[in-house]
Amino acid sequence: MKAPRFAYEKPQSLDAAIRLLADGGDGAKLIAGGQSLGPILNFRLAQPELLIDIRTLPELRTVRDEGDAVFLGAGTTHAAIEDGRVCDPTRGLLSAVARTIAYRAVRNRGTLGGSLAHADPAADWVNLMALLDAEIVARGPSGERRLHAAAFVRGPLTTDLAADEIITGVSVRKLSGRARWGQYKFNRKPGEFAEAIGGFVHDPELGMARALVGAIGDAPYVVADAMRLDEPAMHDAVSRAGFADGTYEHQIHFAALKRATAQARGA
Amino acid sequence: MTLSLSVNGTPVEAQVEPRTSLADALREHLMLTGTNVGCEHGVCGACTVLIDGAPARSCITLAVACDGADVRTIEGLDEDPVATALREAFAAEHALQCGYCTPGMLVTARDIVLRLPDAGEPRVREELAGNLCRCTGYVGIVRAILRVLAERKTAG
Ligand SMILES: Cc1cc2nc3c(=O)[nH]c(=O)nc-3n(C[C@H](O)[C@H](O)[C@H](O)COP(=O)(O)OP(=O)(O)OC[C@H]3O[C@@H](n4cnc5c(N)ncnc54)[C@H](O)[C@@H]3O)c2cc1C
Ligand code: FES
Ligand code: FES
Repeated sequence: MKAPRFAYEKPQSLDAAIRLLADGGDGAKLIAGGQSLGPILNFRLAQPELLIDIRTLPELRTVRDEGDAVFLGAGTTHAAIEDGRVCDPTRGLLSAVARTIAYRAVRNRGTLGGSLAHADPAADWVNLMALLDAEIVARGPSGERRLHAAAFVRGPLTTDLAADEIITGVSVRKLSGRARWGQYKFNRKPGEFAEAIGGFVHDPELGMARALVGAIGDAPYVVADAMRLDEPAMHDAVSRAGFADGTYEHQIHFAALKRATAQARGA
Repeated sequence: MTLSLSVNGTPVEAQVEPRTSLADALREHLMLTGTNVGCEHGVCGACTVLIDGAPARSCITLAVACDGADVRTIEGLDEDPVATALREAFAAEHALQCGYCTPGMLVTARDIVLRLPDAGEPRVREELAGNLCRCTGYVGIVRAILRVLAERKTAG
């Protein structure tokens, strides 16, 4: 189908975009890469009055070293992360996950910020940023806020973001040379949204051991103290994430977590 | 809105509504019907074109978002050496039947050849996951791409 009619603005600065968004009220919507919004508009699931194009805003394209973390601008594309064109503070995890998102033609335009704001429970960044305990940086008329990625998603397609706030980027902690990670995505075909995501990160220098049961139809389920995560504990985590023992969903989420953990532990 | 961009190396202007997709602007305003439209939600790959040198879905990219961009469609790849080698390989390997997927397939194939010169069959298949072909069963397409990759390796 074809998109409904709407007006279109391309502000030249982040402040101008925030003003347009605040003034536009319920009818205004941001567009970045358009790789989630494009299909939604074509299906007419959303009928905004005004689209505010933030894809090329320089403020959202910055990548900077914050000392113990790296700030990745919201406008960073999946492909830029895949190619290592921007710094990867996780020593390869971001880039490995980026390659599994959609298809190259989608990754060339889809952005980190758009993916997080859209908050599909099966989206790869939504789950990975929760695993990494990253901070999402948002700016609105009353200033800047930093939100924990693990608490950012409230539920399917619902986040903590206010209607007049824009995600400016994500602050991802630098993993040390001793860090080990693993991530496993179940899908029927490369590039599709996940049926299950398992994740595990252990960094002794940061005192960090976290596990993820992801793509659960809701906000990601994170085990914040996963130092001694053995198989029974993994089984338990998947049950606590909301899947009844013995179901197909329990099995694939358990398998994803087990594979991620094995990858991290070099097994 | 007035859209100005470069299409296949020529500066063009078109009057489009903000809701017009790049695919519709190309096909219906600029009469470049080589770009095909299938699913209109980013899944099938038929509409894949190059925007500033990188493959993108023209069905879920707004034309107005391409103001000032350099767009290249299948019509603009006639002289391109990689696309030429791919066209020959597609013919030799029976990599098309109805041809609906072929323009998008060639844009993706060209990207694979240029970006991943060392790709083997599993990687080529992974990269092709975003371009659906309802006719060929992919075997010929994969062979054609592998053939061009091999030719370029021996040519150095
Ligand atoms: C065929 C296909 C397959 C896909 N497969 C996957 C997959 O396997 N895994 C996956 O994770 N994703 C997948 N995606 C989604 C893709 O990753 C999108 O690129 C991404 O979800 C949205 O990013 P965008 O920049 O295109 O955002 P847009 O589509 O432009 O916007 C999405 C939403 O976010 C809002 N928004 C955008 N930027 C900001 C910002 N900075 N601050 C606040 N709000 C903002 C918009 O208002 C809109 O509501 C797929 C998409 C397609 C078309
Ligand atoms: S028509 Fe664009 S991806 Fe199918
Ligand atoms: S040749 Fe018919 S769809 Fe590919």
